[in-house]
Amino acid sequence: MDAVLVFDNVSFDFGLGPVLQNVSFSISPGETLVLHGAAGSGKTVLLKLALGLLRPVSGRILLFGQDVTNLDESEWYDVRARIGVLFQEGGLFDSLTIAENVAYPLLNQPRLKFPMDQIDARVARSLEFVELGHTLEKVPSELSGGMRRRVGIARAIVTSPELLLYDSPTAGLDPITANTIMALILKERDENNATTLMATHRHQDGEILVRYRWDKRTASLRPVGPGESTRTKYLLLRDGRIAFLGTPEEFDASRDEYVMQFASR
Amino acid sequence: MLDLLKGPVLTFQEFILLSGRAIRGVVRKPYYWDDLSIQMDLIGVGSLPVVILTGFFSGAVMALQMSRALQTYGATSQVGQIVAITLVREMGPVLTALMVAGRNASGMASELGSMKVTEQIDAMRALGTDPVMKLVKPRLMATAIVLPMLTVLADFLGLVGGWLVACILLGLTTTTQYWNSSWRSLEYNDIAQGLLKPFVFAIVLSLVGCYYGMQTTGGTQGVGRSTTQAVVVASVWVVVLTFLIGRIFVSM
Repeated sequence: MDAVLVFDNVSFDFGLGPVLQNVSFSISPGETLVLHGAAGSGKTVLLKLALGLLRPVSGRILLFGQDVTNLDESEWYDVRARIGVLFQEGGLFDSLTIAENVAYPLLNQPRLKFPMDQIDARVARSLEFVELGHTLEKVPSELSGGMRRRVGIARAIVTSPELLLYDSPTAGLDPITANTIMALILKERDENNATTLMATHRHQDGEILVRYRWDKRTASLRPVGPGESTRTKYLLLRDGRIAFLGTPEEFDASRDEYVMQFASR
Repeated sequence: MLDLLKGPVLTFQEFILLSGRAIRGVVRKPYYWDDLSIQMDLIGVGSLPVVILTGFFSGAVMALQMSRALQTYGATSQVGQIVAITLVREMGPVLTALMVAGRNASGMASELGSMKVTEQIDAMRALGTDPVMKLVKPRLMATAIVLPMLTVLADFLGLVGGWLVACILLGLTTTTQYWNSSWRSLEYNDIAQGLLKPFVFAIVLSLVGCYYGMQTTGGTQGVGRSTTQAVVVASVWVVVLTFLIGRIFVSM
């Protein structure tokens, strides 16, 4: 089967020195890629390139088997309709209610043409998924940081996208809330078999994705059983270059000093 | 020297690109009618108090200042003509546009700027809407529709202000003569000029406001900076353009 997302020798800069240099990787359907790296190493830029919000200076990007490197903005909307995204600060529209925020992609993705009478049910289901079914008529400023992040997840998954991008979903949250968010990301991955790309600077986040699965029966996380795999890969960025790309085992065994900062010991 | 020019030229180029996309968008789908009516309410109805006040007092002040000069020449009966021509040609369009620039170009820059720095513009693009169509186009269309209307209102209230000062306060002339001379002095040329100007100002000031908003970087401080820039640049363009348009009409 075709890879969902391919970066082929991609470089990017803002005109003030390189931000990403010769980045190559690919994600297959159902795989999880954990994107590690210090602040300013290019994680957000990589995600924005994958969404077509920025355009690479050189190299090729393929999404769902289609070369998207030189698509113009109107063609990008068809591709973006198949991707769900959670922005670093949530990126919620602060003048819209929670229900309107979650309904936004259903109403506005030109390609989806979602039946109007099903939108309310779909929004309610998506907010139920993140356990915020009671907040429909609130506005984002009335919610806590963690709740806003959960609404962001509800909005990202409401269209049942084939690829999900999470930009530092746990940044700025306390450890307990951060774990709630991670549990939701696992829930989406394992219930709907979503291909996942998550940028983070916390090594615990990556570990949870590697070592746990969402158990639908008990509605909680359980450790991965023997012989089972979460099909997770690690990608570590350092100043815009790939410092590591491989399996979690190789990552933890690496002797490289920079890698060791992000690996668990 | 070239490096010094690079910044402004780049800014101007990006402004023209955004303007091109927004103006082309006016004849293209999708239309967000809700956003258009919200903006018309915000810019049109919202600006009514300030436009009424500036219109009224600019006419009143005009009559007041002209009174002595006209008395010197014994031409006090012409006060209506002077108030009408200056208001309809220049004062009405320019003062209204400056008020709307201060109120709404700044509002657009700060609203879009806040959206930019909190990733809402990116989220919009990611979720299937073009920010130029969803944010810039309704503001451009709303301003282009309501600014000429506001200008007409300001012109009329300016004439009323002039009449109050000239006829009631100073007794320079009679009410009939005031309205007669002001009505007769206006030609189609004046009306055309007085309506074309606000239309052009509307396009420029809404696009300037949106452009500086969309260009915002650097957090809340950046939002403040682009708001200030939007008002300054929009106001300067208004006074420059009124000269250029006036020049064309005078030579006609």
